[in-house]
Amino acid sequence: MIKKKKRELQAKLKELMTLADRDRIDISEEISKLREKISGGEDPLARTWATVQLARHSDRPTTLDLINRVADCFLELHGDRAFSDDPALVGGIGMLDGIPVTFLGHQKGRNLKENIKRNYGMAHPEGYRKALRLARQAEKFGRPIITFIDTPGAYPGIASEERGIGEAIARNLKVFSTLTTPIICVIVGEGGSGGALGIGVGDQVFILENAVYSVISPEGCASILLKDAGKARDAAHLLKLTAPDLFRFGVIDGIIPEPAGGAQNDLLATAAAIKERLRKELSVLRRIPISQLLKSRGKRLQNFGEFRETARAPEERTANKFLARLRETVISRFPS
Amino acid sequence: MKLNRLSRYLPFHFRRRKAPRKEVPFPAKERGIVKKRHQCPFCHRHIEGGELERNLFVCPDCSHHFQLTPWERIRFLIDPGSFQETEKGIASLNPIDFPGYDDKIRRMMNITGLDEAVITGIGSINGKKTALAVMSFQFMGGSMGSVVGEKIARIMLTGVGRNLPVIIFTASGGARMQEGIFSLMQMAKTSHAAARLEEAGIPLFIVLTDPTMGGVTASFAMLGDVTLAEPGALIGFAGPRVIEGTIKQKLPESFQRSEFLLKKGFIDLIVERKELRPTLSYLIETHSRGGIR
Repeated sequence: MIKKKKRELQAKLKELMTLADRDRIDISEEISKLREKISGGEDPLARTWATVQLARHSDRPTTLDLINRVADCFLELHGDRAFSDDPALVGGIGMLDGIPVTFLGHQKGRNLKENIKRNYGMAHPEGYRKALRLARQAEKFGRPIITFIDTPGAYPGIASEERGIGEAIARNLKVFSTLTTPIICVIVGEGGSGGALGIGVGDQVFILENAVYSVISPEGCASILLKDAGKARDAAHLLKLTAPDLFRFGVIDGIIPEPAGGAQNDLLATAAAIKERLRKELSVLRRIPISQLLKSRGKRLQNFGEFRETARAPEERTANKFLARLRETVISRFPS
Repeated sequence: MKLNRLSRYLPFHFRRRKAPRKEVPFPAKERGIVKKRHQCPFCHRHIEGGELERNLFVCPDCSHHFQLTPWERIRFLIDPGSFQETEKGIASLNPIDFPGYDDKIRRMMNITGLDEAVITGIGSINGKKTALAVMSFQFMGGSMGSVVGEKIARIMLTGVGRNLPVIIFTASGGARMQEGIFSLMQMAKTSHAAARLEEAGIPLFIVLTDPTMGGVTASFAMLGDVTLAEPGALIGFAGPRVIEGTIKQKLPESFQRSEFLLKKGFIDLIVERKELRPTLSYLIETHSRGGIR
């Protein structure tokens, strides 16, 4: 019964979308309403999957769309100075409220042609090395860094491995964690695994309402853990990759609301919401002395993780220490 | 048998209860993988367990390096009696309520006799004290969850606190998916700990063993001051099957092996297992004499 109704609704949605495409009329509100109806408040599995699909929506604002609306002006810079320029990860200098800021972000395309150029937002090592170069440059000139994360993951290919994608991401994690300038990260679409984290270490991390952030794609998790690549919906639900979940876990510092139905419906409103948040956070972060900022960034990183620690009895600890010291002195006195 | 069948009708406390089936752990003495006979997966030669062990689990013919359990690794590397395990009391939770994760952990603990996929501690190599972490591929593919990340970060910070060089043996399939976003964050945590080591001027030596993939490769495993690898180890970010899926081609056997990484310039040296002890000892020695400052 419910399934039948859902199928009917989906058919209607499809019809509306083709109509909208053909006649170029704006009925996005109706579409989003229908979508909500389909995903329905009751079924959490469907709701999570709807979020994943919104995060991957082909009309979702891309990083350059957002940068150009968030910043007062923007100049893109290219190249990693070692191998080449990666169009899947863009960066440059912009102005935000009269403050020079370095922007970094994964860039997806809007259509097939663009996506081939941008490699669907999947960066190669040179992309991460460009990000590193621009981040160091920002540090040198005391510019805050703002990153926009939107990638399915780092590119899994031969060239990528040959040029050390693992090393490139690792170096970024290490350097970003001690960079002497404020860093704000915003997950604007898909936050896919190490590829996302490669520019995702910062003082404050925000996420758009319908963006997702996960250690592995739902499809990957389904095929590895559930042994069935078709179970991506279940995997998405199990991975707890939506904004409210991440906020509950303390991985994310805040959720930036999207216009009704998703960011694809209103680029300007989305950009305005992001800008508002960035402006507020920047004014706070810029006032914190850099040593204190680094300390709290390090603390934030060290606190990630959930585990149980069985407290050792204090006398055991002291006894162990005493024994260890005894052993050391004995060994140092009698080396043989 | 008869009694058992009848006992179904008896009141509960008269029934004979089945003893819970125990999973057979590795021999407690070694916690190792010594079998009577092994077969080399490369040259297919049959090797006696004792002979293989004497040869540090390296095939005498084709010098294929078998995977080691962490305790064997420690036994082969560290001066006898000098190893002291640290951070033993940290146990996993199920932070994203992944179904079956608690059971899996418990089963893994029974089978391997380990608490988690990494052992950390302090020991000596040729009398030179060092902080050490050894990962175990046998424990859930050596995957990095909150506990592994925490233990690795802590042993690095111990190195900072006690002014000891840090050696990490990696063996991992990557991040632990069952811990969701928390496992991803361990990459950031361990890399930050590596940054702290660098600030303090403490050397970090990484030994990549078969296999080291995914989130471990993309964090501390590639951040060593000197990065060594065992011969023939599989090292990379994306797994070969994933890459084959993207490019729709079969990959050559040599792809993502130690020799490949050496050629591409991502590791310093390939070291045979029997040379590891003298090599690490030399590295500690050369890094403990102060430079010109």
